[in-house]
Amino acid sequence: MSALHLHYDVSSEDFTRAGEASGQVKKTLKSLGYNSDAIRRVAIAMYEAEINMVIHADGGFCDVDIYPDRVEILLSDKGPGIPDVEKAMQEGYSTAPDNVRSLGFGAGMGLPNIKKYTDEMRIETTIGVGTNLYLTVKV
Amino acid sequence: MIVKDIINILEGEVICEGDLEQEIKTACGSDMMSDVLAFVKDQSVLLTGLVNPQVVRTAEMMDMACIVFVRGKDPDQSIISLAESRGITLMKTRYRMFTACGLLYSNGLSGGTKV
Repeated sequence: MSALHLHYDVSSEDFTRAGEASGQVKKTLKSLGYNSDAIRRVAIAMYEAEINMVIHADGGFCDVDIYPDRVEILLSDKGPGIPDVEKAMQEGYSTAPDNVRSLGFGAGMGLPNIKKYTDEMRIETTIGVGTNLYLTVKV
Repeated sequence: MIVKDIINILEGEVICEGDLEQEIKTACGSDMMSDVLAFVKDQSVLLTGLVNPQVVRTAEMMDMACIVFVRGKDPDQSIISLAESRGITLMKTRYRMFTACGLLYSNGLSGGTKV
């Protein structure tokens, strides 16, 4: 049973708000007393995923389930899908437009960073339909 | 080193004041936020030439206490408000990135890794 369920809509209209959901989750985990290293891993992984949604997929939603021993996150979008997941997992590979680089992202580190900070990561993606990213972080 | 020492070393101008007594263990200098997010090591200060709200978000996720804008760059109000609400100190220094990092390094602050 989930101890706590959180839902956030991620809008792509305002890049400055990307990270709002991750910040809220971080705050919640802090107030629940989880250890700071685990909280940071959750926050960074979710933040990178949120940025990806805004850059590539016109936003979407996040569902976060907080259990005593783990945090499960689903990030779902109706974007273009990822044509080559293996390539997208390589450090430095990016399909982000140039204007994103001027914002400090698009270095091809998003998915590799997410993988690094999570204990489990699963991508379901269909071209033209969207992407579901499932993350689990043991806390 | 504490935040106050960074202000002194970089002759920084404080834009938004967090906890100036907070201990700073290591630093990170980058304009690419994904590179900052790639290495978690209690890096408590971020030096950057990038000026947008995602700099503050990145610092927030990393539990950083302080952001230094190099080359005297001025953040806008949305950035300042975000930092205020997160208790993060913002400052600017007239030094360029290389020099600012070098000054902190030569005063004993490291990047937290050997490489």
